[in-house]
Amino acid sequence: MSGGVEIPVRVSRVEQATATVKRFSLEAVSGEPLPLYSAGSHVVVTMAAPDRKIKNPYSLIDRAPDGSTYRIGVLRTRDSRGGSAFMHERVEVGTELSITMPVNLFPIVRTGRKHILVAGGIGVTPIYAMAEELRRQNLPFELHYAMRDAASGAFADELVARHGDKVRLYRDDAQEIIAVDRILWRQPLGTHLYVCGPEGMIDAILAGGREAGWPDENLHSERFMAHVSGEPFSVRLAKAGVTTEVRPDQSLLEAIEEAGVDAPYLCRGGACGQCETAVLEADGELMHHDHFLTEEEHASGKKIMTCVSRLKGRELVLDL
Amino acid sequence: MTIQFKKETFRDDFTFSNSPEAIRRFPFPFDKDQYMYAVNIEQHMPGPEKSPYEFPIDIDEHYVAEMEDRALVLKQDPLRCQSLPHMITAEWDLVELLMESMAKNYPEHFQLTRDGDRWHWVNQPLGIDQRFTFGDTATLPCPPMEYITRQCQGDFNLLDQRHDNLWMDAGIVTTQADWSLDFDIGMNFMEWHAPVPIAHDLGVFDRALKFLLNLQQGRPVRRLNWTMTINPRLDTSPENYHKWGIDRTTVTPENVGNKVHLRVELQALWRLPRSNAIVFSIRAYLIKMEELVTIPKWARRFHRVLRDLPPELADYKGLTRYRETTVDWLSKYDDGAPTSPGFFPD
Amino acid sequence: MPIKSRPIYPGLKLDQRARRHLVAAEGEGALAVLAIFEGKGDAAASATIVYTPGGSAGEDHAEKLADLKPDALHVMPSQETAIVRLNGLLGNAAMGTRLYAAGVEGFIGKVIASGLEHGVDHQSIYTEHCGSLARRVQCVHCKGMTENVTATPFTCSHCGLNLFVRDHYSRRLAAFQGVVVDCETPGELPEIEELYR
Repeated sequence: MSGGVEIPVRVSRVEQATATVKRFSLEAVSGEPLPLYSAGSHVVVTMAAPDRKIKNPYSLIDRAPDGSTYRIGVLRTRDSRGGSAFMHERVEVGTELSITMPVNLFPIVRTGRKHILVAGGIGVTPIYAMAEELRRQNLPFELHYAMRDAASGAFADELVARHGDKVRLYRDDAQEIIAVDRILWRQPLGTHLYVCGPEGMIDAILAGGREAGWPDENLHSERFMAHVSGEPFSVRLAKAGVTTEVRPDQSLLEAIEEAGVDAPYLCRGGACGQCETAVLEADGELMHHDHFLTEEEHASGKKIMTCVSRLKGRELVLDL
Repeated sequence: MTIQFKKETFRDDFTFSNSPEAIRRFPFPFDKDQYMYAVNIEQHMPGPEKSPYEFPIDIDEHYVAEMEDRALVLKQDPLRCQSLPHMITAEWDLVELLMESMAKNYPEHFQLTRDGDRWHWVNQPLGIDQRFTFGDTATLPCPPMEYITRQCQGDFNLLDQRHDNLWMDAGIVTTQADWSLDFDIGMNFMEWHAPVPIAHDLGVFDRALKFLLNLQQGRPVRRLNWTMTINPRLDTSPENYHKWGIDRTTVTPENVGNKVHLRVELQALWRLPRSNAIVFSIRAYLIKMEELVTIPKWARRFHRVLRDLPPELADYKGLTRYRETTVDWLSKYDDGAPTSPGFFPD
Repeated sequence: MPIKSRPIYPGLKLDQRARRHLVAAEGEGALAVLAIFEGKGDAAASATIVYTPGGSAGEDHAEKLADLKPDALHVMPSQETAIVRLNGLLGNAAMGTRLYAAGVEGFIGKVIASGLEHGVDHQSIYTEHCGSLARRVQCVHCKGMTENVTATPFTCSHCGLNLFVRDHYSRRLAAFQGVVVDCETPGELPEIEELYR
């Protein structure tokens, strides 16, 4: 399997955390303990929809001490092309899914002296795991968590219960905003900041960090790459000798998989670089949405990350 | 399967040798008649029975003698084992990986009993019986990485992953091919490979790094590397080069068979679960030329590889001074017949 | 060809967004400091400069540095005392402080090592190499440091072995690696080359 080792799991519990967020507990079908992982890791969940397979990455919230379950949190998004809607509507206790081994693209920097965790909305899931690990290792940290309103804070109560006054909550409806300059004021040398949340929030926090004179080496983020839908186009896989259509609601990678070609991937979120593929021809404009390739590589038109990027045009020819 | 551990030395009187079984299972590193750098990384999957790839961690007839040699090195130079403070979680990950693997695959020699965090480890060949609390350094006689690697063949390095690079922030290195942990600790992947010629220009390290940054738990990988050593000396460190370097001048046509050794490193890398670090193990296997030529295919092939090696590679590997003498000696075992593809004996 | 393990010193650059500037300069490194703060009175006012005239400079630049009107200027008699002072300042520094180092390579290395000890990532330190190309070399055999090495091979100032300077640099030790050169040919030394003046 191109995505690595797969673990068949069964849903053992579903919690409606807020109106739009559900938390799922997953246990291994084999009954074996699930693998340990480091905070910030995600798994790719494969859902067997009637007409196709949907694969979405979700950060791991926690693992039961005996390894019997993982928890993930899923926000129902309006523009979802199926993954979050499927999880919300079709997945219940007993549903079988498949997950990859945990992969960490958002690790805690272990050389850091102090850690500032910033979460917005569903971006709290990896942050939750990081706070837990920092607490376990007795390392100094602060957690700042912004949510739309009290009812949307899917993890607020649990976080406050576990970490007390290390947690600060911010409610949009009460006009509470994260004052970056105040948070970053007088932090000791060697402090690292981690932010996960909506694109705009990440940009604002990182900009605030740079404005406060923090070096890039101390600013870290994980972007939840919302799936980018687009116009349909055709893709020809030169080595496999296969041509297929990419539907508007489908990623290029999903279309390749649906055509029966085993293409490489890892994060399915445009971050890890595993699905980098050489472009042989492009009749149209490449729409790059990844965070991996450099600007020059984007401009060169020679490479594409199949998990998030696509073509605006007629036909794309790949070296697959 | 019970292994008969040999009593032998890797210094002074150099009594090391391979049994016929050990020769047949030697990880011969050339699948063709010539050699060039490549990113020759493959999945570290279980290999053929009795081969060094059968299990994730290979224990062989040299185990006890190698562990004695490591203890001697550490006694003389404690800087061969170092760990930066942020690597402690990775050290425990390594304890779990090695103990689990050794106990599972060599149950007649090693046993591990786990009751939550309370672990009981028995190492029969070395006569060790240790109860300890996993995660509590105070319950072991020395730090966790040092504790377990004093009981496992091969050098081990723990690589921290941050800023899209790998950092060599801990290790135990007593059987190395002329590199210094004390000097290299704290370096990133590109930096510690700096002295290697040619490969940088081929982009080998860029590709290898990109690959390793995405290394997944449960999917370890391995590669082979090689050099040559005069006398079966495991500790060919730069620290002691002023003591062993002179050995390279002692090769004569009469003693090639016994003195000149092919040294193969089985390098394996695992993603560790708790720390997200990578363990990079470098296990050295030695074989004398007179042992190597008992496998006709290897005799022919190694003669050709060594004869045609680019001079800068020969220099880097330190073979220049005795290469010609060795090639001449090997030529007697090469009748020019074609060799079959692949690594294994015919 | 650049040495892969050797740091690249891209030159000092003023980080306009830094709240504080902590500047360590040795010898001719003062000129690089003068250049970046030239006409930047506001930035200079939030700068602390630690300066040692050092061996590599023919001239003392302390007065010119004082003319920048930095928040504080510490003129120290040696590299060692400069590093001690720097460590004291780093101990009280907060995020938003930018660290700069200019001077000979051995000095830059020591500043980076101090930064690392206080949690500063070496990649976020601005550096400029000024003055002599002399190398600081660690003997791999006895681990002794020899300063101001300008030729290879040279004699280890501690154990007396004849060492060849390998193109391999350790940031942690702020030194190149010295390896015995004549153990395969006792008494036979390659010609001495002056390479690092």
